[in-house]
Amino acid sequence: MGSGNRKKLDNPALEWLDSRLPIVSMIQKEYGVFPTPKNFNYFWNFGAIAMVMLVTMIITGIVLAMNYATTASDAFDSVERIMRDVNHGWLLRYLHSNGASFFFIAVYIHMFRGMYYGSYKQPRELLWMMGVLIFLLMMATAFMGYVLPWGQMSFWGATVITNLFSAIPLVGDSIVTLLWGGFSVDNPTLNRFFALHYLFPFLIVAVVFLHVWALHVTGSNNPSGIEAKGKQDTLPFHPYYTMKDAFGIVVFLVIYATFVFFLPNALGHADNYIPANPLVTPAHIVPEWYFLPFYAILRAITFDIGIPFTDIVLIPAKLGGVLAMFGSIALLFVLPFLDKHPVRSSRYRPWYKWFFIAFTVNAFILGVCGGKPAEGIWVPLAQASTLYYFAFFMVIIPFLNKKEPVLELPGSISESVLNKKGAKA
Amino acid sequence: MVFLFVAPQAHAAGGNTAELPDVHFSFEGPFGTYDRGALQRGFQVYKNVCSACHAMKYLSYRNLADMGYSEGQIKAIAADYEVTDGPNEEGEMFERTARPSDKFKAPYANDAQARYANNGALPVDLSLIAKARGEGPHYLYGLLTGYEAPPEGVTLAIGQHWNKYMEGNKIAMAAPLSDDVVAYEDGTPTTKEQYAKDVSHFLMWAAEPKMEVRKRTGIKVVLFLLAFAGIMYAVKKKIWADLKKK
Amino acid sequence: MSEDDTKDNKQGHEDGETRRDFLYLTAAAFGAVGAASFAWPLIDQMNPAADTLALSSTEVDLAPIEEGQSITVMWRGKPVFVRHRTAKEIEEAKAVDLTVLRDKQADSDRVQEGKEKWLVMVGICTHLGCVPAGQKDTDVKGDYDGWFCPCHGSHYDSSGRIRKGPAPTNLEIPEYTFLSDTLIKIG
Repeated sequence: MGSGNRKKLDNPALEWLDSRLPIVSMIQKEYGVFPTPKNFNYFWNFGAIAMVMLVTMIITGIVLAMNYATTASDAFDSVERIMRDVNHGWLLRYLHSNGASFFFIAVYIHMFRGMYYGSYKQPRELLWMMGVLIFLLMMATAFMGYVLPWGQMSFWGATVITNLFSAIPLVGDSIVTLLWGGFSVDNPTLNRFFALHYLFPFLIVAVVFLHVWALHVTGSNNPSGIEAKGKQDTLPFHPYYTMKDAFGIVVFLVIYATFVFFLPNALGHADNYIPANPLVTPAHIVPEWYFLPFYAILRAITFDIGIPFTDIVLIPAKLGGVLAMFGSIALLFVLPFLDKHPVRSSRYRPWYKWFFIAFTVNAFILGVCGGKPAEGIWVPLAQASTLYYFAFFMVIIPFLNKKEPVLELPGSISESVLNKKGAKA
Repeated sequence: MVFLFVAPQAHAAGGNTAELPDVHFSFEGPFGTYDRGALQRGFQVYKNVCSACHAMKYLSYRNLADMGYSEGQIKAIAADYEVTDGPNEEGEMFERTARPSDKFKAPYANDAQARYANNGALPVDLSLIAKARGEGPHYLYGLLTGYEAPPEGVTLAIGQHWNKYMEGNKIAMAAPLSDDVVAYEDGTPTTKEQYAKDVSHFLMWAAEPKMEVRKRTGIKVVLFLLAFAGIMYAVKKKIWADLKKK
Repeated sequence: MSEDDTKDNKQGHEDGETRRDFLYLTAAAFGAVGAASFAWPLIDQMNPAADTLALSSTEVDLAPIEEGQSITVMWRGKPVFVRHRTAKEIEEAKAVDLTVLRDKQADSDRVQEGKEKWLVMVGICTHLGCVPAGQKDTDVKGDYDGWFCPCHGSHYDSSGRIRKGPAPTNLEIPEYTFLSDTLIKIG
């Protein structure tokens, strides 16, 4: 951020600006010559892709807000007006609704990449934690955004999720009434959700700024997990990674556009094309796909937790589910302090690697369970998967800290690249 | 990606309903378009049969231009309806002939009246029905042709009917279609199945009137982005190749 | 696009550089075209929507408007003044010497032939968009027996022409047609 030892610019207009507010030098320093490990693979594109999706969501969201009516009686109609009468309204809405999914896809890949290559480890703990904060803000934003069309899923999703807070002992019901602004999800709820849905993305932008700032303090991790030791290990960010990111972004946009134009409702729910009706609950309430793993964890706690062999209940099932769900995110938050193993990248962690792959598969299984009715085989499967989720953080990682052998690492990034080349040849 | 496709289907699976009949619509697939003839016939079925009970509140007469009607034809169609306007200077609501800018005339003044006239069952608004049901037009076609005598041992309450594709199989709507209830002018067979197919086609258009422009735009956008991706790949390769030379 | 690029290229670089520059320029052009195509829907969504455009004409029944009376109707969200002018007002309007007018327009250009008693105009002051007074008998009608804009003191005559004050032009006449002797369609 500081202007420190600013180099004089050739262009007089830019020099005038830069000597007063050194943003040109800053961009040059942070995005031009910024030394970046030279061995990134395509998983390192997803931060930039997520940034593009964030901007897309904000822009399409602002123009949708110009045409949206924030009252319970008009919200659904105004969305239909956007779809039918507003110029390109259908496009803007499908970009926004599918954009939420693709933003989550990018962020999930970004997170799994961080976990696989140990990007959260010292000295990048805070960087990771701010990332989890962004993820939390995204979840809140997406949830409130889904309420705005005021269809059946909007209404019942809002009812179910806000009711989570009623599980809190003593004050739960008062909190829920406060969230609703009434005695059920209604017009006041919709109004405040819209206000917050508009605000939160800008908070996300602020935290993203801090996230990138922190990244540029420590520098990026890389597939080898070995810190860059000098110039031979790095490349200037521009043009090498600007162009690689641009390529990745365009490929991602191809898939995004395919959904927007050819499968615009594939990721949504038919029930949300039915206007909200407080008297009729849809047969099967499901959140959007990106919440399904957490929804499965919520539903997995079907039993009261108490003192064995007595009737004393410490945590009723309802509270247990809510605690498990929030706990699953809290564990992500403290991950840097759970994993003390000195090696970052799974490339050089033969044990962690397989437990992590199992963790990824497990997350998919949880997602599938979350989308199924809570009955039959899906209940024990969700419970087993939930158990693995928590065991991964609370048992496996501490176990690996102590027992996983520390392999000898290549001396530098350059060496690791050469080794890989050699192995291939 | 598997995950993505599994999730939305999860809720679509019905209970004890038969597998939907295999029927093909011209609007399916990435290049599919609406068939103007089918739309006009489907509208005719809606107008003569469904509209007795079902409203379509998101459609205006002007929207019929999409399915190939001329301005004159639309004015004539609208002129068949009287809509309530007002208040006038005396503060009274009054009836006037409908104009193309008016919404489709609803059969009932409000939901309570609609329920009262239909044994307590509310005929749903059909504007979005093709998007509001899993399987969309395929389900609608099935529902309209799926009426049967109830299996032995099943007794239906008064005002209930048996439909093999309805969730729970009991439906308050009596079979609305039978052969030859609507006269087609273009020589298309006037069978129950044809009516069901045409009206399902029409209802898909009503729910997603921008589908054609969406797909047309989509083809251009995807081709553009693919070309752009190719170029960016070449640019990226070129830049990184120069690095290796050094 | 490609033609321009190749032209630009021909000046200057030789050897392998040309192909690379061509590649970069094509990429930049694609980026620019893509960004512009994305920007257009974002801007165009602010233009009137289909339902707004569908309401862009209004019919007005003239029968109940007596001589010397005016009514105001809404058309495209704006007030339209419909005045049944008296013989005296028509006389005054016709008698004006065009050379004294700021926006020179004869009364006959502002009404339809044979329908001189009907003056139809957009009731929005051409200065800064206020609605002039003069529709009701009790209103201030300005110095020229027409309309007076209270915002900045523009005076309009009985043909709606600007006579005094800051407004640059006469009150606008919307497009309208007589569907019958007593029914007009505006827009």
